[in-house]
Amino acid sequence: MNLLLKERATPAAAPAFDPEELRQQFPIFARNPGLVFLDTAASAQKPVAVIDGLAEFYRGDYANVHRGVYRLSARSTQRYEAARETVARFLNAAASEIVFVRGATEGINLVAQSWGPAFLKPGDQVLVSELEHHSNIVPWQMLRQRLGIELVVVPIDATGGLDMVAFARLLGPRTRLVAVTHVANVSGCVVPVVDIVRLAHEAGARVLLDGCQAVPRLPVDVRALGCDFYVFSGHKCYGPTGIGALYAREGLLDAMPPWQGGGDMIRTVCFEETTYQDGPQRFEAGTPDISGAIGLALALDFMTGLGGDAIRDHEADLTRYAEAMLGDVPGVSLVGAGDERLGAVSFLVDGIHPHDLATIFDQYDVAVRAGHHCAQPLMDRLGLPATTRASFGVYSTRADVDALVAAVRAAQKLFGC
Amino acid sequence: MDLRDLYQDIVLDHGRHPRNFRVLTDANHLAHGHNPLCGDKVTVFLRLDGDRIADVSFEGKGCAISTASASLMTEIVLGKTLAEASTLFGHFHDTVTKGDGAELPPDLAEDGERLQPLAGVKAYPARVKCATLAWHTLDAAVKGGGLSAPVKTE
Repeated sequence: MNLLLKERATPAAAPAFDPEELRQQFPIFARNPGLVFLDTAASAQKPVAVIDGLAEFYRGDYANVHRGVYRLSARSTQRYEAARETVARFLNAAASEIVFVRGATEGINLVAQSWGPAFLKPGDQVLVSELEHHSNIVPWQMLRQRLGIELVVVPIDATGGLDMVAFARLLGPRTRLVAVTHVANVSGCVVPVVDIVRLAHEAGARVLLDGCQAVPRLPVDVRALGCDFYVFSGHKCYGPTGIGALYAREGLLDAMPPWQGGGDMIRTVCFEETTYQDGPQRFEAGTPDISGAIGLALALDFMTGLGGDAIRDHEADLTRYAEAMLGDVPGVSLVGAGDERLGAVSFLVDGIHPHDLATIFDQYDVAVRAGHHCAQPLMDRLGLPATTRASFGVYSTRADVDALVAAVRAAQKLFGC
Repeated sequence: MDLRDLYQDIVLDHGRHPRNFRVLTDANHLAHGHNPLCGDKVTVFLRLDGDRIADVSFEGKGCAISTASASLMTEIVLGKTLAEASTLFGHFHDTVTKGDGAELPPDLAEDGERLQPLAGVKAYPARVKCATLAWHTLDAAVKGGGLSAPVKTE
């Protein structure tokens, strides 16, 4: 099966905002002149709105939340809960459906460790796909170990997209949860999650979507998607590290047992018995990442200011451009991404290992990711030890792609191929 | 930094056309090496005759640095005693991490020179593990005897 496709595409129309101008809002570029940053899928750079907004919060409004009766604490609490509302609005959810977590990884682990034992029994099946990041594989393997559930893997098809025929076939009466990525981190494949949710719900299964690569790149409406759980990480969408969110459809959180105990998640505690808070608070034991949540809200406001559709158009434009430009270089092949690739391009250069490429690119100030991208099962499936991935953000430009292509040609020259 | 310091002609040549790149059917020692960070995999085969390396080969998939390093290593340790191979490993390790290996005994000095093309790795800390994977695997093959557990550089 040939999963390495030669592609040609026509560059799309120009985006609604000027990425060149937007770079002024990202101090990293002024501090690192010449930097060609093409690793946003690993983590995005931060705009002034987030960097300064966080500093302002610490300067003016900071105190612990949900505790103090004094006004400063009330103000901090108000900012923290407003951040939850911002996340909810961004996803078209309700604030009571949003749990702050460290990131998508913790969100998936929360569902696996809380919802899992409460709703799954031995022999039940969790479906994942070959496109998954390790974070959407390992928590389910741990649950398999603990509960005796089965992990069923939906394969990719010849184009690198999710094999929907196989998916429909593998969905069965024992399928209790489908946990798949919304946009694949290695290939940028946009997964047809609406169809997946519909089919899964018809089969009586819940659906968890990993939105790590989707939230930074396209408008996400959890109501329209109809999924039961949705997770994403703040640092990939221009916010701080250490914060992310879990969306759980109304009613689900109240039916799930706590997974970590401590302060803030309880209603009453005595040594005989403790009663727990409802909804999100039940899952936020201890002092939360207050500033992280506020930084995340600032980042999402920044994205809202640009517009979800404009961001998507920009990412699509650069993706099409990179497909066309890389596709024109002899000896370069792209890792297939099914019907639609967005925001990331994984590629191979004949005769040059991705790690050699990344070292050579670095000498040209081109920052890319080389390796297995925390998706070893997918690499095995593709029969590749590693790939080189270029990924885009709102500050990425066609000139960045041109620099990448020039670096590829320089590497080929150095290696004599 | 000149990329040519890292990718010298001899490195590129060994990377493209690795020597002793085959399964050693009469091996009596082998080990698998794996760098989980980048996915590089190497298997080192040895036929030991007493404490002498009577034959050595390798197989696997890796970058130019790890392939060239494995290739050069097999050429150099062939016919050496285990003690000599160990001395060369120590020298090489110091060369790629500190830039300078300890002085070698006169009869190994020439072998040390042959490893010099990889000294450029020192300027690229992220690539040290690529250069040393084969040597770590050789070490494991010697110590582990027959079928040993995979060696990891992470």
